[in-house]
Amino acid sequence: MQILKIKETLAFMSYRKLASIFSIILVVASLTSLATNKLNFGLDFTGGTLLEVGFEQPADLSKVRTVLEAGGFEDAVVQLFGSSNDVLIRLGQRDNVKAEMLGNQILGILEQGTGQNIEMRRIEFVGANVGDELTEQGGLAMLTALICILVYVAFRFEWRFALGSVTALAHDVILTLGLFSVLGLEFDLTVLAAILAVIGYSLNDTIVVSDRIRENFRKVRKGTPEEIINISLTQTLSRTMITSLTTFLVLLALFFKGGALIHGFATALLFGIVVGTYSSIYVASTVALALGISKEDLIPEVIEKEGADQDELRM
Amino acid sequence: MLNKYPLWKTLMVVFIVAIGALYALPNYYGEDPAVQISGTRGVQADLSTLDAVKDTLAQANITYQSVALTNGQVLVRFSDYKTQQTANESLSASLGDTYSVALNLTPATPEWLASLGGVPMKLGLDLSGGVHFLMEVDMKTAMGRAQENMIGDFRTSLRNEKIRYRSVKESGNGVEVIFRKLDDLENAEDVLKRTYGDYLFVDNEDKLSLKITMTDAKLKETREYALQQNITIIRNRVNELGVAEPLVQRQGAKHIVVELPGVQDTARAKEILGATATLQFHMVDQEHDLRDAVNGRVPPGSFLVNDQDGRPQLLKKRIMLRGEHIIGAAPSRDQQTSRPQVSIDLDSKGGSIFSNATKDNIGKPMATVFIESKATGEKNPDGSLKFTQVQEVISVATIQARLGSKFVITGQESPAESQNLALLLRAGALIAPIAIVEERTVGPSLGAENVELGMQAILWGFALVLLFMMVYYRKFGIVANLALAANLVLIIGIMSLIPGATLTLPGMAGIVLTVGMAVDANVLIFERIREELREGKTVQQSIHHGYDSAFSTIIDANITTLIAALILFAVGTGPIKGFAVTLSIGIITSMFTSIIGTRAVVNALWGGKKIDKLPI
Repeated sequence: MQILKIKETLAFMSYRKLASIFSIILVVASLTSLATNKLNFGLDFTGGTLLEVGFEQPADLSKVRTVLEAGGFEDAVVQLFGSSNDVLIRLGQRDNVKAEMLGNQILGILEQGTGQNIEMRRIEFVGANVGDELTEQGGLAMLTALICILVYVAFRFEWRFALGSVTALAHDVILTLGLFSVLGLEFDLTVLAAILAVIGYSLNDTIVVSDRIRENFRKVRKGTPEEIINISLTQTLSRTMITSLTTFLVLLALFFKGGALIHGFATALLFGIVVGTYSSIYVASTVALALGISKEDLIPEVIEKEGADQDELRM
Repeated sequence: MLNKYPLWKTLMVVFIVAIGALYALPNYYGEDPAVQISGTRGVQADLSTLDAVKDTLAQANITYQSVALTNGQVLVRFSDYKTQQTANESLSASLGDTYSVALNLTPATPEWLASLGGVPMKLGLDLSGGVHFLMEVDMKTAMGRAQENMIGDFRTSLRNEKIRYRSVKESGNGVEVIFRKLDDLENAEDVLKRTYGDYLFVDNEDKLSLKITMTDAKLKETREYALQQNITIIRNRVNELGVAEPLVQRQGAKHIVVELPGVQDTARAKEILGATATLQFHMVDQEHDLRDAVNGRVPPGSFLVNDQDGRPQLLKKRIMLRGEHIIGAAPSRDQQTSRPQVSIDLDSKGGSIFSNATKDNIGKPMATVFIESKATGEKNPDGSLKFTQVQEVISVATIQARLGSKFVITGQESPAESQNLALLLRAGALIAPIAIVEERTVGPSLGAENVELGMQAILWGFALVLLFMMVYYRKFGIVANLALAANLVLIIGIMSLIPGATLTLPGMAGIVLTVGMAVDANVLIFERIREELREGKTVQQSIHHGYDSAFSTIIDANITTLIAALILFAVGTGPIKGFAVTLSIGIITSMFTSIIGTRAVVNALWGGKKIDKLPI
C-alpha cells in the first residue's frame, strides 16, 4: 500500500520564507522562556534528596506534609507519583546535615507519623558538586557531539550542508528545551539523553535529505537549485513520513507503557521527532540554499560514482 | 546473474544470527533467587559449612532447589523470593558470626549453555534493586598528609647528614627549610636533590631559605595513591558487608563508584563505607595542669581531646604511632574479665616504631585517640567538600611493658562497639577522608516493576512496528520484520556477551528507540525499489539499484547517529551511559540486519528469477 501518491513535485521551497519566520519566532520564544522561566532542573543537576515511598493504602498527602513539617522538613515538596499509593518527596540542598542519612531519617519519621508500614521504593541523594559536574558534562557532551558531526558532514558532503544540518540540530535542541521550559517539565539526565537522541535522529533525517539533494544536483541537468531541492524533498517525503511514523509509534508505546520514570524521556523524544522531521525538510535545505548552494559545489573534481570508495563494504 | 548471494554469504548471515540467538538464550531462563554464604576474615567455607547449612535449612523446614560448594562459598538456590528471605534469616542467625550470608541472584542457565560462556545480561540497579554510591576522596587532606611526611623525611635526612637548619615548615603547597649559614643551605640542597629526585628545589640565598615542592608527576602520583588506597579499603569494607557481586570502581580523578546490588539496609552500608577512621596513640601530658588547659592555657606541644564521656584529656601532640601501620584488628574478650576489647596487629615498621616509642614510657598513661572524618555538607571556597575531624579518646591505659606489633585496646562498652571499631580499623586507616556525594537506592519491588514496564514498552513498540511494516510493504515488510526480530536478538546477545554492559531502564528505552529507527534503513531501500519500478526498470534491476543507491545514504546517516551515541557513552554516566550502550549496539546491529540480512532473504526469495511484479 502507499500513503502518499505524489504525482508532481511539491513546491516546498516557495514556503521557505514563511517557514523561516515560523522557526525564528519559535526559537526566539524558546530562548526567551529559557532566559526567564529557566529550565526546571531535576535532582541530577541541582542536588538534593528525593524519596519515592509506597503506602499500603492511597496516600494522604496533606498528612504526609504535616508529618514532615513536624519533623523539621518544611521545604519538602510532596506529590503523588504514578499511582495513588506512591508518593514522591523532594528536599533541597541542606548544609550541615549528613545529607546521605536524610533518606532513612525521613522513612522513620513517616512510619511513626502515619502509623503505616511504608515501603522504600527509591532514595536518591545528589551532592551539589556532583550536580555542577553533571551540568558541565552534559553541556560538553552536546557541544562535542555537534562539533564532531559538523566535521563529519563537512568532510562527507560540503560545508554548506554541514552548516545547514547543524543549524537544524541546534534548532531542534533549542525548541525541545524551550518546550520543557514553557511547560515547566522536569529536566533530568534521562531528558538530556533524549535530547542527544533527538540530535541523532534529526541528523539521520537531515542526512537522508541532503544525500538526495546532492545526488540530484549531479543527476538532474536542468533546473535551479531551488527546483532541485524541491524534487529531492518530494522524493524523500514518503520515507521521511514513514520513519517518523514508526519512531513516533514506538515512543507512544514507551510513553504509555514505560512508566513514570521514562515520561520525560519519551516526551522530549516525541516532540523532538516532530520538530526534527520538520527541520530536516525546511531548516537544513533553507540554510544550504541561503548560503548559495549550486551545482558547481557538488560536482566532484574527479568524477566517481558515489560510494565507489566503499566497494569493499558492498554486500 | 543479478541479486544472487554466494552460498557462503547467506550462511554467514544465518551463522551470525544463530550465534546471537545462542548467547541471548540465557536471558530466557532468567535467574534463581539464592543465598550465598562466604567466610569472613579469610575463613573459607568448606564441607562442614555445607553440612551446617543443610542442617539449618532442614530444621527450619525450608525447601531449596540445590546447594553447592564452589570456590570457598556455599550457594543455595530457591524457587521463590519468599523462601529466599526466610532462609536468609535463619542462616544469618545460625552462622552469623563467622560467615557472611548474602542474598544473591544466580543465573538459571542450563549447564551446556553456561559451558559455552552463556550468561544473562547484567541488570542495572534500577532494574535489580540495590544501592549506588558515588564517593569523593578529600584530596586536600591527602595532600596535607603528604606534606607532613615530607617535613619528617627532610628533617631526618638533614640530621643524618649533620646539616644544621633553623626550621622546616609548611609553605604553600610545599615545604620551606630555613638555614643559619649559606654553606648549610648549599650542602643541604646538594644532599636533598640527590635523595629526592621527584621534588623541585628553589633556593633564596638572601633569606637563607630552600623551598621544596613536588613535581607535577609526583603530585599526580600522590593523588593517585590516595585514590587507589581508598578503593582498596572500600573493597575490603564492602567484603565485610557480605554483598553478592559488589562493584567498586574509580571514576575520574577523585571519585569512586560503589554499587551494592540487593542491599536494602542502606544506613548501615553508609556508616561502614562513609566513615573513615584512624587511631593515633599519644602520651598523656602529666607535666601540665589539666584545669589550666581547659581554661584556655593549653601548653604548646599539647592539645585537649574529650573522651567518650565528654571529659577533657590533655595529651601530648607528638604522635607515637599512626593508624596506617595497623594491619589487623579483631574483636575479642579479655580472658580474665571477659570485657570486650580489640586486638591489634601492626606491620613490622609500625612494630619497631611503637616498640621504640613505648620503651621509655613504661608505667606512664597512653591514650588511644579515635579520629573519624565526616563530610559536613559544607564546602570550601574552591568548591571541594569540607570535612570535620571528630576526635575522641577511646581509652587511656598504662603502658605495662614495651609494646611490639601485637597489643590490645580495651575500653569499649559492648561487643558490638568493639566489632564496629575493629571493622573500621581492619582495613587499615584511610589516607584521605571520603564522603558520599551521591546515592541512588532502588527498592526490589520498584526494580521488578521497571523490568516489567520496560519489557512492555519494548513489546508494544515492536508489535506496532511489525504491524505497520507488514501492512505497508506486504511480503517485503515481513522480510524487514524478520530483520527487526534478528536485530533484537543480536542486541540482547551482544549485551549478554560484553562484560560490563549493563541493561538499565534508559537502556531499555534505547532499545525501543532502536526498534523504531531500525526500520528506517529498510524503508529507504524499499522506497528506492518502488521508485525504480515506477521508472519502468525491471524487477531485478530495481532490487539491485534500490539496495545500491540506498547503501551510502544509510551508512552516512547511521555513522552520524553513531557519533552522537558514542559521545554519549564516553562522557555520560549512569542513565546516559545505559542509554548510549544499547543505542550504539542497536545502530551497528540494525545496519547489519537491514542491509545484509534483508538482502540475503530478498535474494533467496526473488533474486535472479523471472518475475513481473514484486510484492512490495
